[in-house]
Amino acid sequence: QVALLDIDICGPSIPKMMGLEGEQVHQSGSGWSPVYVEENLGVMSVGFLLSSPDDAVIWRGPKKNGLIKQFLRDVDWGEIDYLIVDTPPGTSDEHLSIVQYLGATHIDGAVIITTPQEVSLQDVRKEINFCRKVKLPIIGVVENMSGFVCPKCKNESQIFPPTTGGAEKMCQNLNVSLLGKVPLDPQIGKSCDKGRSFLSEAPESPATLSYRNIIQRIQEYCDQHHFHEEKII
Amino acid sequence: FLPERSNLAGVRHILLVLSGKGGVGKSTISTELALSLRHSGKKVGILDVDLCGPSIPRMFRVQDNDVHQCDSGWVPVFVDQDKSISLMSIGFLLEKPDDAVVWRGPKKNALIKQFVADVAWGDLDFLIVDTPPGTSDEHISTVEALRPYKPLGAILVTTPQAVSVGDVRRELTFCKKTGLRVLGIVENMSGFVCPHCSECTNIFSKGGGEELAKHAGVPFLGCVPLDPQLSQSLEEGRDFIQEFPKSSAFPALAHIAQRILDGTAQQSS
Repeated sequence: QVALLDIDICGPSIPKMMGLEGEQVHQSGSGWSPVYVEENLGVMSVGFLLSSPDDAVIWRGPKKNGLIKQFLRDVDWGEIDYLIVDTPPGTSDEHLSIVQYLGATHIDGAVIITTPQEVSLQDVRKEINFCRKVKLPIIGVVENMSGFVCPKCKNESQIFPPTTGGAEKMCQNLNVSLLGKVPLDPQIGKSCDKGRSFLSEAPESPATLSYRNIIQRIQEYCDQHHFHEEKII
Repeated sequence: FLPERSNLAGVRHILLVLSGKGGVGKSTISTELALSLRHSGKKVGILDVDLCGPSIPRMFRVQDNDVHQCDSGWVPVFVDQDKSISLMSIGFLLEKPDDAVVWRGPKKNALIKQFVADVAWGDLDFLIVDTPPGTSDEHISTVEALRPYKPLGAILVTTPQAVSVGDVRRELTFCKKTGLRVLGIVENMSGFVCPHCSECTNIFSKGGGEELAKHAGVPFLGCVPLDPQLSQSLEEGRDFIQEFPKSSAFPALAHIAQRILDGTAQQSS
């Protein structure tokens, strides 16, 4: 039973990627109802609260924090095995707030995404430092957009070159796990744009294999570090 | 009315580079636009207001530089002896490059106000303001602080796919609501030509940026393809415009700069 909470308030991408564009949130006695992709996958995003795809959420920090608090307090998730929280880039209000508000319960950890180049890694090192500062365990790092194999000649190109050793070197230096590398596959973008599951649409893709390996490692981490749930205040 | 000794008094044109989406190439476009304008003989400054992820210093290989003060405020960092490109970024103020800036909105807003008012730019033809993704504190504060100086407008960057365009639509609304003119949309990472066999693959789809421009009634500034030479050049802080004129991204980047120049020429005439 999985819940996906999108706290990218200004750029909520999850509804589109899940094929849920245009869906609205329903309220009941027990709170806000998540929007279900399948019986065991519920989603919440500010995207469901906006009436038009052109609506901009032009909010300063405190208002964003308020909505994140509401998402955590008022959404009736039911019993779930995994709550996945998708965040915007940065180390600011959204990130501080989610860690703070979930402080009363247990966060297994963070999965940090990067691309191979130094321009990306230099920001990700900051994100790793943020996690350490707020005592958020790091499950590991994923190197995304890691190489592209031309469908015609099968040669590989490093479109985003790992000039400083990529995520692998960074993980070694900072003592965090590299969960895996995901290659570029045009089908990924296509599936996301159509709101379909890439894993189902392209089961033979090398990217699918990478994703599955990464997911397995995340599940293993969570199983190994399982804590008993504390009573939520 | 402009304050008499305003640090922006000598800046002829101010333009912002925005996107609703992260990772689409705002800093890349800001950097290449500055290099192109410099190539056309202009003096350019870049103000990097991405406080959590400042990318600009490294793209010019000056990430280890410090910032100094003068009577009128902070002296921007010049990228070379030529002094035709100058930069300001929180990247220069960090003790260690990996230090995270874990600030909430109010603290970010205070620094942005300082960055807009207290950098002694001198005379510039263009000040490019590179922003983080979104429509939040940094964007609201930057636009408010720049309002008295009448910015030329904003360039919006997207990748071709719908997921990116979906966020950039909201950024267009931000521009409308804050009275910021949209100079145009750039469709970045638009196609990849394999260096081995020249086959073109639309890794991040194709056409979404152009369609959005049409739908929103704003100029389309062009498609910039994925170009490993461009990525490499940015990694090393090199002048792509000078060193790789035959590269696949060059024509598109040069064209964007030309459209901006044409726009300002029209304005003065």
